[in-house]
Amino acid sequence: MNLTSLSATKLRTLVKKKEIKAQEIILAYLKRIKEQEKDLSAFITVLGEKALASAKSIDRKRDKGKLAGIPVAVKDNILTKGIRTTCASKMLEKYVPPYSATVVNKLEEEDAVVIGKTNLDEFGMGSSTENSAFFPTRNPWDLRRVPGGSSGGSAAAVAAGEAAASLGSDTGGSVRQPAAFCGLVGLKPTYSRVSRYGLVAFASSLDQIGPLTRTVADNALLTQIIAGSDPQDSTVSSQPVPDYRKEMRRELPSPKAAYLKDKVLDGIDPEVKDNYYRTLSVLEETGAELREMDFPSWEYALACYYLIAPSEASSNLSRYDGVRYSFRHPRYSNLKEMYLNTRSEGFGREVKRRILLGTFALSSGYYDDYYLKAAQARKLICQEFEKAFKKVDFILTPTAPEPAFLFGEKEDPVAMYLSDIFTVTANLAGIPALTMPVGLSQKGLPIGIQIMASFFQESCIFKLAFLLEKKVKFDNNKLNLRKRRSHV
Amino acid sequence: MYEPVIGLEIHAQLLTKTKLFCGCSAAYGNPPNSLTCPMCLGLPGALPVLNHEAVVMAVKLALAVKAKIHLCSVFSRKNYFYPDLPKGYQVTQYQHPIASEGRLRIGYNGSIKAIGIERINLEEDAGKSIHDHRPESPEKTYLDFNRSGVPLLEIVSKPEINSPSEAVEFLQLFRTVLQYLEICSGNMEEGTFRCDANLSVRKKWAQEMGVKAEIKNINSFRFLQKALEYEACRQMELIKAGKPIKQETRFWDERQNQTLPMRSKEEAHDYRYFPEPDLPPLVIPEKLIKRIKATLPELPQEKIERFKQKYKLPPYDAKILSASRDLADYFEQTAVESNNPKQSSNWIMRDVLQYLKEENMDISQFPLPPKYLAELILLVENKKISLRIAKEKVFPRMTGTRKRAGRIVKEEGLSQISDVSQIEKLARKTIKRNPRLVQQYKGGKVQVLSFLVGQVMKETKGTANPQLVNKILKEALNSLSDSSSSKRKKLNKLKQTKHTRQTK
Repeated sequence: MNLTSLSATKLRTLVKKKEIKAQEIILAYLKRIKEQEKDLSAFITVLGEKALASAKSIDRKRDKGKLAGIPVAVKDNILTKGIRTTCASKMLEKYVPPYSATVVNKLEEEDAVVIGKTNLDEFGMGSSTENSAFFPTRNPWDLRRVPGGSSGGSAAAVAAGEAAASLGSDTGGSVRQPAAFCGLVGLKPTYSRVSRYGLVAFASSLDQIGPLTRTVADNALLTQIIAGSDPQDSTVSSQPVPDYRKEMRRELPSPKAAYLKDKVLDGIDPEVKDNYYRTLSVLEETGAELREMDFPSWEYALACYYLIAPSEASSNLSRYDGVRYSFRHPRYSNLKEMYLNTRSEGFGREVKRRILLGTFALSSGYYDDYYLKAAQARKLICQEFEKAFKKVDFILTPTAPEPAFLFGEKEDPVAMYLSDIFTVTANLAGIPALTMPVGLSQKGLPIGIQIMASFFQESCIFKLAFLLEKKVKFDNNKLNLRKRRSHV
Repeated sequence: MYEPVIGLEIHAQLLTKTKLFCGCSAAYGNPPNSLTCPMCLGLPGALPVLNHEAVVMAVKLALAVKAKIHLCSVFSRKNYFYPDLPKGYQVTQYQHPIASEGRLRIGYNGSIKAIGIERINLEEDAGKSIHDHRPESPEKTYLDFNRSGVPLLEIVSKPEINSPSEAVEFLQLFRTVLQYLEICSGNMEEGTFRCDANLSVRKKWAQEMGVKAEIKNINSFRFLQKALEYEACRQMELIKAGKPIKQETRFWDERQNQTLPMRSKEEAHDYRYFPEPDLPPLVIPEKLIKRIKATLPELPQEKIERFKQKYKLPPYDAKILSASRDLADYFEQTAVESNNPKQSSNWIMRDVLQYLKEENMDISQFPLPPKYLAELILLVENKKISLRIAKEKVFPRMTGTRKRAGRIVKEEGLSQISDVSQIEKLARKTIKRNPRLVQQYKGGKVQVLSFLVGQVMKETKGTANPQLVNKILKEALNSLSDSSSSKRKKLNKLKQTKHTRQTK
């Protein structure tokens, strides 16, 4: 039995039935990490001893939690008490947080084992994980290619069998795009569904933590654990969390779904387009009612996103000033110089670009033209979604305009920003969106489709995804890292 | 004629148990950085959770100054870099404050003036920078984050104050209101109550405003008065000299007794305000406002009016006695117990307040309950003891021993002697002993009478009724003939008339 290719759901069943020990699982995964990390670099920190110790204590427990023994990789912008949390930034290279994020506590309460902290674009800013201050992560499907980003490490780790599931954070597509690039199921839950306490903020009104998994059922399982109210996050909803795994199996009577006009898909990769249409026809065969829909406001979504997110980021990242816990530049002769040298050297290019962008957009004299305009556009986008969800249950789009691209392929930041074209709208509107793999390109690269639904309709999304998963039969195990290595 | 136009910006630290956005204690005076957590240290990943108690306090103030309470208000981030601002932004309110358009009436004697209150914001305080300027150590700055995140109310007045003394009166009354509401300790030295001022000058009755200067670092009422006086003069002189006034931030330099411009680097801020995404809009249910309204205490101005009406106190007394709720309560209980508001007021305004000042105490720490003071007042009123004995002997003994007045009078034999025969006896004795003085008196040097009175008082350890002593001695001296025999006769006669008067 190859433990590293089983789903999380399967693993926990085996542990619960005592057919296998949590320790054996963790050992198998650690072995896999050891074998592959040289090529992959998915992790910033691997928790060997600590993970084994947790597994041992789980094995001793009589009443095991819902995630007993499941090795979960956690994006390194989600705090883990006593374990270095870097955000892949020089600024926090040595930062050890004194507390864990709510989501980590929730996972551990259910006996999941945090196996490591995964690489990302610095502070979540990027779409390829090339913006990590430490090293890039490679796509296990093709090591010459990026795993997507910013949760690239979380995606690569799960795809390559280094973790059974992982947590990422999604501000404009940072869970969904890497999940699509790595052939995984990735969810950005409804804004306010999952606590952000302990997630190092990028753009607070857009950030949301979500799971990356190999199957829809695994995703429903993890979402259910991490969702729900938290007294430490005032923006979290107190709405009860449904039993997604049960809901998922319920029938979905004649779902209504919207798809995009052909002209909107102009310029995207033809294979992505083909897969999109193929998936639509699969859905139609299952009895779904499809209708073409126009979303004129989406034209402004990317611009709107790239004003709001940097604005909030410019403020959120002010605390890294060298005064208390972050990196401090060794040379300065006064306070201003300390700030300047620390922040010039501590942040990477993309982070600085966005801080400047956001600072500019919020400056007096520009606020009305930029931040405020963007906030107004955001409202329009929300209204358009609201109107659409009166007519349909789902909106389907490609997840990313192309499959995983090559390292260094997108030097121009705007070209990189275009990767987020289909994903940012869900963040702006706050609605849930899930990506799932629906096929492979001719080069053998996974292609995903995005399912969006109205607020708190995660259950419906899981239902449709579960249905689609059975029809599409995407086989994650086609991936063979050893074979792929020959490409390098 | 030019007049100053003044607006104040007040920062009042709220007396909540915990900080505005985390569970840390908001107490003052603890070891540095002992009251901190990830939130108030600005650690990555921490999120704010609003303190309900602070909201209630803000609503209290809004109701007290008759401001419009906004049922939905929004928190904003004010972004700037400073080492004691751990997040790099302060969470405050900007476009949508919790309350606006209030007013506070100042003046207690005839001319009453309402000063408008533009807005009331709920916001968090920053930490504290402690600069080490000792020559032996390289210049260092230490940071204490205990204050970081303590709730503040920012109150911005309208520019409707027209003199430095009006500004002081407004600020004092405002502090009293906060103290009445028990939402701020109002301590300017500890910095729990702070004030910045804006001042411009204009031609009297002119509509347009002049160019204003903002004055910071005012940490006492006295400095407020002095800083505003200085600044008004400075600006008027500039105008007279035909020089322009710069819009700038200045600070009060207490050593040089003048306002000085702050370095321009410190004032050129673009705070890049935007709505705080980590907090949902603050929604205040009307029911809550109603409930808070029902708990509001009588406010200073109302109390002053009531004291004037009910106890017939002069406006000045009414104002002094309303300076704090505890003092007003103390007065009121004493007045009721003694049934003598005027005397109660006199005693408290002079003796009690002086005692408190000397002992550096608050009325709540005063050793005598109102009932005890009322008893003392009654003893004087009923002529059991003289006012002087009461003030000089009984009151100090009471505050020292916490014994009741009656007991002290008894134990120390301080009852007032009003027995005419006894005083006459003493008068005769005194006259006999001081023939030279008597001669002087007869010779027209009437001042010696007070010395003779003093002798009698001394004899009785001050317990004789001084008016009576004065009267009897005077009569005795006046009736003295040159011969001692006629003197005796006259005295006898006097004695008889006295007796007959008494028997009547």
